[in-house]
Amino acid sequence: MNLIGKSLLDIKNLISSKKISSSEVYDYFLKRIKKYNPKLNAFLSFKNKPDITKSIDNALLGIPLGVKDNFCTLSSQKEKTTAASLVLDNHYSYYESTVTRRLKDNGGIVIGKTNMDAWAHGSSTETSDYGSTKNPWDMKRVPGGSSGGSAAAVSSYIVPATIGSDTGGSIRNPSSWCGVIGLKPSYGRVSRYGVIAMGSSFDCPGTLTMSVEDSAYLLKIIAGKDKYDATTSYEKVPDYYSNLNSKKKYVIGISDEYFKDVDNEVKEKIINALKIFEKQGHKIKKIKLISPKLAVSIYTILQRAEVSSNLARYDGVRYGNNRTYFGDEAKRRIMFGSYTLSYGYYDAYYKKAQKARTLIIEDFKKAFSEVDLIISPTTPTTALKLGEFKKYPFFGEIMDILNEPASVAGIPAINIPVGLDSKGLPIGLQIIGKSYDEQSILNLAYMFEKETDFFGVIKKGIKKYE
Amino acid sequence: MNNFEPVIGLEIHIELSTKSKMFCQCSSDYFGKEPNSHVCPVCLGLPGALPVPNKKAIEYLIKIARALNCKINKTSKFDRKHYFYPDLPKGYQISQYDEPISVNGKVYIGKDKQIRITRVHMEEDTGKLIHTGNKTLIDFNRSGVPLVEIVTEPDFSNSDDVKIFLEDLQTTIRYLNVSDADMEKGSMRLEPNISIKKKNGKMADYKVEIKNINSFKFVKKAIDYEIKRQIELLKKGITPKQETRGFDEKLQKTYTQRIKEQAHDYRYFPEPDIPPMVFSKDYLNSIFSDIPELPNKRIERYIKDFKIKYTDAYILTRNKIMSDYFERALEKVIKSLTNDKKTQNIEQSIANFIINKKIPISLSLEEFTNRAIKLLSPKETDINLLNNVIKDVIKNNEKVVFDYKKGKQNAIMFLVGQVMKNIKGKAEAKVVLSELKKELG
Repeated sequence: MNLIGKSLLDIKNLISSKKISSSEVYDYFLKRIKKYNPKLNAFLSFKNKPDITKSIDNALLGIPLGVKDNFCTLSSQKEKTTAASLVLDNHYSYYESTVTRRLKDNGGIVIGKTNMDAWAHGSSTETSDYGSTKNPWDMKRVPGGSSGGSAAAVSSYIVPATIGSDTGGSIRNPSSWCGVIGLKPSYGRVSRYGVIAMGSSFDCPGTLTMSVEDSAYLLKIIAGKDKYDATTSYEKVPDYYSNLNSKKKYVIGISDEYFKDVDNEVKEKIINALKIFEKQGHKIKKIKLISPKLAVSIYTILQRAEVSSNLARYDGVRYGNNRTYFGDEAKRRIMFGSYTLSYGYYDAYYKKAQKARTLIIEDFKKAFSEVDLIISPTTPTTALKLGEFKKYPFFGEIMDILNEPASVAGIPAINIPVGLDSKGLPIGLQIIGKSYDEQSILNLAYMFEKETDFFGVIKKGIKKYE
Repeated sequence: MNNFEPVIGLEIHIELSTKSKMFCQCSSDYFGKEPNSHVCPVCLGLPGALPVPNKKAIEYLIKIARALNCKINKTSKFDRKHYFYPDLPKGYQISQYDEPISVNGKVYIGKDKQIRITRVHMEEDTGKLIHTGNKTLIDFNRSGVPLVEIVTEPDFSNSDDVKIFLEDLQTTIRYLNVSDADMEKGSMRLEPNISIKKKNGKMADYKVEIKNINSFKFVKKAIDYEIKRQIELLKKGITPKQETRGFDEKLQKTYTQRIKEQAHDYRYFPEPDIPPMVFSKDYLNSIFSDIPELPNKRIERYIKDFKIKYTDAYILTRNKIMSDYFERALEKVIKSLTNDKKTQNIEQSIANFIINKKIPISLSLEEFTNRAIKLLSPKETDINLLNNVIKDVIKNNEKVVFDYKKGKQNAIMFLVGQVMKNIKGKAEAKVVLSELKKELG
């Protein structure tokens, strides 16, 4: 059966109505991975046969999923977890991340591990020690990052949905550049246990999908309190999918600060989208927000500090490869972070940044007393060419400038594709919500999806791989 | 020595006897276990693993802090302390830096010497390196075991006080039942820091830390050696180096381990994986209410209520099992005694039975009581036998009798002792005394 363009829930329905078996589905995607992955390099590893699973629930009916390679996974076959770094080239995890555990318990099957920037350091996947992933829309371009493999895999439909992680835009940025839906939940909504730590106070596992429904469906499975992660919340997990509401009217905030230095074509499409929201009966309200540039400074200092600490364990005593296997970006971050944490500098950098972080949190709180949701472009440009990142020493921070404020505040945000630019590359719109209010974000995205059939953008991408 | 004054501070580590480790569910009972049999992703510091704090361990710490009269902070947090060592799997130790759970305590040694407690904080233990030939192996069973660090102000000036303080601390910890505080097993570890200042002078600008001490006996020896060594240097006009020294038990000497000219830069920052802790009044009160009567309070009560001598009360309370036994036995004996036999200080007598090991406390309370009552009962005295013995004693101790008759009152006590000895204890001392007096006129 030709499954081209079928969402995860479409496939689930086909399996439950016995139109196709889950092993046929697996083989279908395996074939596609084998055909397209050599060019795309979206998967670092994949398995020719599905793992034997003992699922306790069949919410996912054996549907194959791609998982970013910074999630520790257990497999009945040999499966590495490398975080795309040669330091972990021989690392086979012997425990399972909570996210993949929950997916598997619900009948999901991990078909393979997706490419990423090494240690999730970057916004293009070009820092991967296993070579960059290519953007399915244009092979000369990067897919964004760090969850570039996860975004490209969905965009080229070599797997129906993937899991990624977002520290400062690592789900939203590649989703924007690959034209898929990428959800970064609130900090603490989804367990970080078993996700190789990058910026521990920012890291958020999330989903990359072809439909809002798929996002809502998967989020419910992976979200919730985890006894292995002290930072997860007891906040109840709603049934996001069943609660998807296409009638609610929202007050949407927009801030000029989030449209500065944004490519004109991108701006245009976002303004277009806002008109559609207005037509649907939502109210657009201008609000003032602290410049995202400030969030970038805060983010950069705190995240680098955490990185320098989190990478300390790869000291060469264990895991096979020693510190000489770290790439340049990891080394830069370790040095930067060690510096800001050093005696005499801590107060000037880390402590100050932490104080400023509360200002950003308060700023959003204030904004959300006036509006329900905030909209901005996801990225200032569409996908860049391979190698272009070298022009910018803080490439990631420039490309993630509109993503990092929500990361600093720990609040949820989603990317949805809203059109193509003149080069035929996807443009992403970001919806930011209140802490733990993923439902409203999904609702608004869902309305837009229904009204505009933006799914068409995604389909157009997939068509290239028919 | 005369012109010099030792200044000693202590850093003590107590390994808690919680069931599980500080940040994971592995058993914390690692002693003598198969290497690396009590490990999991968290205490191995594997990629992606996260710490979840052990509530019980924090409660244990709060009990210790309370017992040391510390202030318990309303909020507290964990920090990462970075350094590289193969037994530290994460490249950092989870510890507490600027917001420890408790600060500013004080305890007394003896009756009125005050020792200030700087802080009591929570951290995790490291793994253990095992050197075999030219290979070094790592056992992570100990990695992540809850460790309480107690830091004192430099309030000690001699090794005897340190020893008393430590013995008292050990007793208190055991009363709290939060650790076996065994120095040989390493569940209580001590690092004294020592410097010497001129009498009435300023504090020295160096200090020497001593590590690897595993018994109270060696604590005293190590400190005494170190004081002597530093004073000798100072007499020669040399300032001792700021360093960490080890203690060699065989040679009974300290030796240089690591010279540290400057403070180590541990790059502390708040542990992002653990949310800050907030302690409510109710929560703290519920922990406090679970603290048993501590040895010092017990001593006070024994003296006040039982009229027991301070030294005896001190000895009795060194061991909670013994002290508890004493109280239960006492209660039972008093209940079983008839009123006419309650004249003497029964409390002191029972205490003596226990301290002098006249009756072993391994006996059941029943048996103990029976034996105690026998010992307490006045002896049936054979007056004829007694008089014969008295006559013999008087005959054989003419000098003493002479002294007594000349007015040396105390001399009679010697005669009582002789009689008691010869009659093999088969008479009441009171009766012996009165009969002796009668005989001597």
